[in-house]
Amino acid sequence: MSQIAELQRIASQVRRDIVRMVSQAKSGHPGGSLGCADFLTALYFHTMDRQPGFSMSGEQEDMFFLSNGHISPVWYSVLARSGYFPVPELATFRHIDSRLQGHPTTHEGLPGVRVASGSLGQGMSVAIGAALSKKLDKDHHMVYCLTGDGELQEGQVWEAALFAAHHRVDNLIVTVDWNGQQIDGSTDHVMSLGDLPAKWTAFGWDVLHMQGNDMSDVVRVLDQAKEHSGKGKPVVILMKTEMGAGVDFMMGSHKWHGVAPNAEQTETALAQLAETLGDY
Amino acid sequence: METQTSTDTLFGRFKVTGKKATRDGFGTGLHQVGATKANVVALCADLLGSLKMDDFVRDWPERFFQVGISEANMMGVAAGLATAGKIPYTGTFANFSTGRVYDQIRQSIAYSHKNVKICASHAGLTLGEDGATHQILEDIGLMKMLPGMTVINPCDANQTHAATGAIADHQGPVYLRFGRPNWPVFIPADEPFIIGKALPIKRGESVSIFATGHLVWQAMEAVTMLEAQGISCELINIHTIKPLDEAAIIESVSRTGCAVSCEEHNRLGGLGDSIAQTLARHRPAPQEYVAVDDSFGESGKPEELLVKYGLAPQDIVHAVHRAIKRKG
Repeated sequence: MSQIAELQRIASQVRRDIVRMVSQAKSGHPGGSLGCADFLTALYFHTMDRQPGFSMSGEQEDMFFLSNGHISPVWYSVLARSGYFPVPELATFRHIDSRLQGHPTTHEGLPGVRVASGSLGQGMSVAIGAALSKKLDKDHHMVYCLTGDGELQEGQVWEAALFAAHHRVDNLIVTVDWNGQQIDGSTDHVMSLGDLPAKWTAFGWDVLHMQGNDMSDVVRVLDQAKEHSGKGKPVVILMKTEMGAGVDFMMGSHKWHGVAPNAEQTETALAQLAETLGDY
Repeated sequence: METQTSTDTLFGRFKVTGKKATRDGFGTGLHQVGATKANVVALCADLLGSLKMDDFVRDWPERFFQVGISEANMMGVAAGLATAGKIPYTGTFANFSTGRVYDQIRQSIAYSHKNVKICASHAGLTLGEDGATHQILEDIGLMKMLPGMTVINPCDANQTHAATGAIADHQGPVYLRFGRPNWPVFIPADEPFIIGKALPIKRGESVSIFATGHLVWQAMEAVTMLEAQGISCELINIHTIKPLDEAAIIESVSRTGCAVSCEEHNRLGGLGDSIAQTLARHRPAPQEYVAVDDSFGESGKPEELLVKYGLAPQDIVHAVHRAIKRKG
């Protein structure tokens, strides 16, 4: 099987996990999670250089920070499927006494998570700090960060963007999930982001584009981003995705941002997603 | 200060040796901890001179990060540095170290249990002429409410110097609060700083005075006046507001029967409230507050503001009289 086909196979199971977790919890954020399933699968199963086990400090390995913490279902699935914690634990998502909190946190000690996120706009700053530390330690590994597009409405993001360019944090690759949707509607309707490529370029970043629901393009651009690192500029990937990607009735709208499917909808969704690695 | 001679006899080893700002103690403390610990890094939001961080920047420029006027980003970057094993010290004014960045501290630092040292100068009224926009009087309350946050408000330059080093050995987030004005120095330079351990300044019988920050010196002046009136006062420096040395408070009030709390902070949510909660739960006793009475400050000289807002030695004297009277 080709590498792309193998990643697609994993992403299909990740999507099943997302739908089942959110459905069982009767709450959560399926839309953005489904949209980012291809990216996070490729990042963990293809791109990142990871050490076995989990260390908070992430020495001698690539590190990832999720800034848009509400898409926790996709991250939890990818973390479990890549060995950070037992896959059956996905069943505890959003339940009492679980390490899989509604939004990711270090508080319950879930392996793979290095900072809490959920209150938006903070993850890039944290990723920058980790990247600076790697530079001090002469550790040539990368730091990755995923942020939403609606999240770019938070001012702290642009403080961080200024900082990363000024301090030449070129071991940092930020990906923006550019699905054009947020809770109250499209980003154009709620608060226009304007010309995103021009904005990031003007802030001094190296700007790349990705079709985030095309696995071949995801892998290609992630490889390209790594090649662009170490050249004095932080790298941003503007990743076009479709909220709800993979489940037909969840696509093309902001309505599935933070709503769980009912039993019937869950069945319809799962019928569209092949069980490739075994359900938890 | 005119009472210097009498304080020398009253307070034993706590003798005034000069005047210096608590922020000077932070600057020398940061430089020293930078020399002894290679994983200490520093960040500043465009206030290097005010925070006295210049020596650190001169000697370890690669371990210093200027963040410009973007405090929210500073807190996040510090959290990331801490994640990767560094011990970051952030430096800006107290207002911009707390209220401005409360959610960043809450989520990225406190909830995530990051080993970040939030170092805050120009706290309280004594920053003076800049006025109420900068004179935060709510920061102790804001920070002590965060689970896992240690809150420290040293009383002079020597204690601030010692605290700045001690917090590097403590694993977890710390809020270190200090100030702008030159202030009497009376803590011996070799006095060890023990987080969470109250420091008795003077033993006495009729009242327990608990003071933090600049108000420790105000309390020493008040005690000098009260002792001249024949009132035996116990004075205890509560430099660590959280975790609070409850045992020391209960032990002292068990002997004296009443308490006076002194702080350069709003009456709501500060040291006084922490002491009141301790007494209510363990050893109910009359308590009087010397604190700002739920108001903002204003422009003026530090000494004028301390008088106007009820934080002068005379205010402590009156509070002691009230507390003793209430013992009944």
